[in-house]
Amino acid sequence: MIISIASGKGGTGKTSVAVNMALSLGKVQLLDCDVEEPNAHILLHPKISTTKPVHISTPLVNEEKCDHCGKCAEFCEFNALFVTSEKVLFFPELCHGCGGCAIVCPKDAIGERNVEIGVIKMGIVDEVELVYGELNVGEPMAVPVIKEVKKQVKKNKTVIIDSPPGTSCPVIESVYGSDYCILVSEPTPFGLHDLKITVEVLEEINIPFGVIINRAGIGDRKIYDYCEEKGAPILLEIPFQREIAELYSNGIPFVVEMPEWKEKLQLVMDKIKRRTKP
Amino acid sequence: MEREAPVGNGQNKEAHKTLKQLAILSGKGGTGKTTITASFAALAQNIVIADCDVDAPDLHMLLHPQTIKTQEFRGSKLAVIDRSKCTECASCKNSCRFHAINDHLQVDPFYCEGCGVCAVVCPEEAISLHERISGYAFISKTKYGTMSHARLNPGEANSGKLVTLVRHNSRQIAKEENRDLILIDGPPGIGCPVIASVTGVDAGLVVTEPTMSGIHDLDRALRLLNHFGTSPLVCVNSYDINRKNTEKIVKYCKKNKIEVAGKIPFDSIVTKAMVAGKTIVEHSPENTVSHNIKATWENVLSSFKKK
Repeated sequence: MIISIASGKGGTGKTSVAVNMALSLGKVQLLDCDVEEPNAHILLHPKISTTKPVHISTPLVNEEKCDHCGKCAEFCEFNALFVTSEKVLFFPELCHGCGGCAIVCPKDAIGERNVEIGVIKMGIVDEVELVYGELNVGEPMAVPVIKEVKKQVKKNKTVIIDSPPGTSCPVIESVYGSDYCILVSEPTPFGLHDLKITVEVLEEINIPFGVIINRAGIGDRKIYDYCEEKGAPILLEIPFQREIAELYSNGIPFVVEMPEWKEKLQLVMDKIKRRTKP
Repeated sequence: MEREAPVGNGQNKEAHKTLKQLAILSGKGGTGKTTITASFAALAQNIVIADCDVDAPDLHMLLHPQTIKTQEFRGSKLAVIDRSKCTECASCKNSCRFHAINDHLQVDPFYCEGCGVCAVVCPEEAISLHERISGYAFISKTKYGTMSHARLNPGEANSGKLVTLVRHNSRQIAKEENRDLILIDGPPGIGCPVIASVTGVDAGLVVTEPTMSGIHDLDRALRLLNHFGTSPLVCVNSYDINRKNTEKIVKYCKKNKIEVAGKIPFDSIVTKAMVAGKTIVEHSPENTVSHNIKATWENVLSSFKKK
């Protein structure tokens, strides 16, 4: 069973929920798909056993064969190639690595080379198997790194996926194919606004979801009204407590110091299992 | 051919020599970028505001823009297979590097990047690319200045391109209205929309929090600014949540010769202002949070003057 954790708004507590849930359940696989700013490892301190580079294929033009016909640039939907009468200019930050330029080149002048854009790392903490990706600083495309992280999914395990903030392609890539999505939000106007956008995404791709309200007690009650209206179950409320915030700031998962929360998070899992029963 | 690359700011700068651009970033989400940007908007004079967090924009909830112009954003294309021509050879599926075509030869719109490889390899010419509307860009009036913003349709790709459009619009407005500064509210992370938000800006203010995750993400955000040659500034939000970590951040910045433009305390009044739909500096002008944001803003301005 694959459970993803998303939010829309950043900083609502996705990673905190993912890590504390993993520790409460034990024997799970935790995939941190926020490859731009992965944080699960900061709370878990895993011993890294494997590091694997992630590559994308980008074009390599053989200028001797090239007659500057411009077909590659004409083809490229992302404007990553520009052909002058003497030279082919390549803008790697725009290349999606589709391989089309090599296919359309009539002179067979375009080959490909692998460029490293990030790494994935794997390690174990207690019974939690952690996999996370790290996009290299300056690289624009997070999706290929997320794909590589998701390739490590072990189907026979409970898998928890921590997704990045936002609602665009990296989020879709992270949550796609999961059996259930936990939306972590906060009872504030920003939290609610971004939650609504994320719900639109999940409805479109047909993933059932429930909500965990973090920092309950701050802000207003509008998020509760929205959840009721949508029929979205509130799986758990985590109150705003200075102790939880301080533990987090020191990189300590709250279930370590507040073990009474383990049971609450296990109950969330039970609720999800009941809801996803075929 | 029109390039939508995040380049070309140079020309604009020449046309408008005094125009400055400040991007507010964070790496980690939820550190207070939008709260701080909104307050800066209220404190600043003669500005254009650009909300570059196009997939989860929140700034409008504090600035209440009145939209005067809406523009369709056609950021990407989608492959469409003409069933009447298709012979089910599956060349398209086998050539697609994004696994966007399934065993039944159906195109998954979420995975399709609109690259056109399938159309090129199809021997029956059964596939064509169709433009899709991926979102909308807006130009709006606020009481703080004109605002350029956008909304990417949920789940869409190419947020970087939409950010580039928002910034292009903001520069146009700045030129027309003869403004001094573009204030950019950036998205979290360090990937394509963030890169599109920081290329060519004069300074990037990274808003961080004194948590282990905040420090980790600050480091990556600062490395990103360094990668693109952008001058960094740092602001520590909720600094009193963990003073030891705040001290670490200040030391780190000192060591790397990065100016800490401000430290803002935690106060639940910030959420109350948000619920009221107001910037904190207008909601509670006498609160320490507001005082410190004002001081941060003064520091940002004087660091601009030094350059």
